[in-house]
Amino acid sequence: MTAVSDPNQLADLLAEATDTRVNLDFESEGMTLNMGPQHPATHGTLRIVAKLDGEQVISAEPICGYMHRGYEKIVEVRTYPQINALINRIDWLGSFANEVPFILAAEKLMGVEAPPRAQWIRTILFEMSRVANISLFLGDFGLQLGGMTAGFYAFRDREHVLNQIESATGGRFHPNFDRIGGLKDDLPKGWISDSHVAMDKLLAFCDEMEDLLVGNEIFQSRTRGIGIIPADIALSYGLSGANLRASGVDWDLRRDGCPPGLVYDQADWKVWTHPDGDCFARTWVRLQETREAAKIVKQLLDTIPAGPVMAKVPRIIKVPEGEAYVATENPLGEMGYYVVSKGDLVPFRVKIRSASFNNISIVPWVARGAYVPDLISILGSLYFILGDIDR
Amino acid sequence: MGLVESGRVPKPLSKLLNLSRKYSIWAYQWGLACCAIEMGAAFASPRYDVMRLGVIPFPASPRQADLVVIAGTVTDKLAPAVVRLYEQMPDPKYVISMGSCANCGGPYWDSYSVTKGVDQLIPVDVYVPGCPPRPEALLEGVLLLQERIAHEDMAERWKGDPIVVS
Repeated sequence: MTAVSDPNQLADLLAEATDTRVNLDFESEGMTLNMGPQHPATHGTLRIVAKLDGEQVISAEPICGYMHRGYEKIVEVRTYPQINALINRIDWLGSFANEVPFILAAEKLMGVEAPPRAQWIRTILFEMSRVANISLFLGDFGLQLGGMTAGFYAFRDREHVLNQIESATGGRFHPNFDRIGGLKDDLPKGWISDSHVAMDKLLAFCDEMEDLLVGNEIFQSRTRGIGIIPADIALSYGLSGANLRASGVDWDLRRDGCPPGLVYDQADWKVWTHPDGDCFARTWVRLQETREAAKIVKQLLDTIPAGPVMAKVPRIIKVPEGEAYVATENPLGEMGYYVVSKGDLVPFRVKIRSASFNNISIVPWVARGAYVPDLISILGSLYFILGDIDR
Repeated sequence: MGLVESGRVPKPLSKLLNLSRKYSIWAYQWGLACCAIEMGAAFASPRYDVMRLGVIPFPASPRQADLVVIAGTVTDKLAPAVVRLYEQMPDPKYVISMGSCANCGGPYWDSYSVTKGVDQLIPVDVYVPGCPPRPEALLEGVLLLQERIAHEDMAERWKGDPIVVS
């Protein structure tokens, strides 16, 4: 499937697809519904201004910026280790995954490579943060659709992963564990066997969620056939991650463009896609991804090589002049850092490409013609995190 | 409550009222950033379970809440909403500021868009430090607030001076 490259043709296609969902002949003078800036379905402070015709949404406009913290400007006055601590907080559910692309970009500019053991542990922690992130999505999405039990179960079982991340890195939420040239510390004693147990618990949690939530009839009737995003439109809006794979596009940066420094090729795993592209497909793909991530962790835990976890890097880190872009498949989608260095202690400019900003750009398109309760399904299933949108 | 309004409350009565108030706090969750997840873990997860402290974390609106937990970064764009939320709450009302961002700006102390401390907007009763604080830390903050409520002078609290929000 390829994206539509001609803008006129794309505009026609978009207008045609949205207008079929709205009966323009009977459009009455509608009302405006304001959702947010604080609403449980927005994972933070996103405001949606929806124009309604009866129960149908004529247009919905997301207004972001309520969580804009000025990352791209702040990092111009922070040294590289300081930036590493700061960017944990962009996508706060998968914190470790935020550090990795930035560190890899800096490593690319400096020409250093982490030792194999560090690469293995990095990949393991990356996938663990994916599990921690998406397991909360499953619970939270249930919560938004009225199933509170799922939320409690997710919070309960997510603690197993957080415990492992905490015992390895010292940070329950924001690890700040990755360093240019390796990792801060080696793994503690007994961590590997504990992690196996935790991942088994998470796999059991996934089965439970499949029975409790995804297999639930009410859940299916509220998500199936709602918020359908066709593959070409998903591509033209720049969607990435599970939102794109749920539209049937078989594209995963872990497999198709994995930057050096992560060892996904050492594990046997599968990229899941779903042909439907509706809210249910997005949930289902994420559920399978959690399982796959737990399996990747379990496989890599058995094959961690011995050796140091830190390469030789100077004590004061100065990154040589140059530009580098490194993107990885984060829990929410493609996240990349374009680092421009002028050979100083601080970067000259860092452009942060975060997945959620592109993922919500499709909201006006997909919400047109939907009903108000479906808007919650759509927003919840697109799964964005406000720190990742506004940065 | 004629006694309370006139500012003459017998001490045992005041103690009884405070005791019942401190174990029936309705907390509004104003989750903004990373801290919101830790607040969710403290308030809605079986592991931490704030309800055993007598806090009910699910009011439908700020108009039904006694306590608001400001959890996360308050930006200048969001500041009017925070003030409006506080004004909507009925008196007596309490505020817990959770996390470094809400306390003082935290790691964004030099950012152009972040409000450096929610106490510039609304009065804060308890500050919970950390980035983000662990759920246990928030529970400790709740305990401190309960201690504060237990020692409150009812006559002082109800003497009728409006709290001015700048």
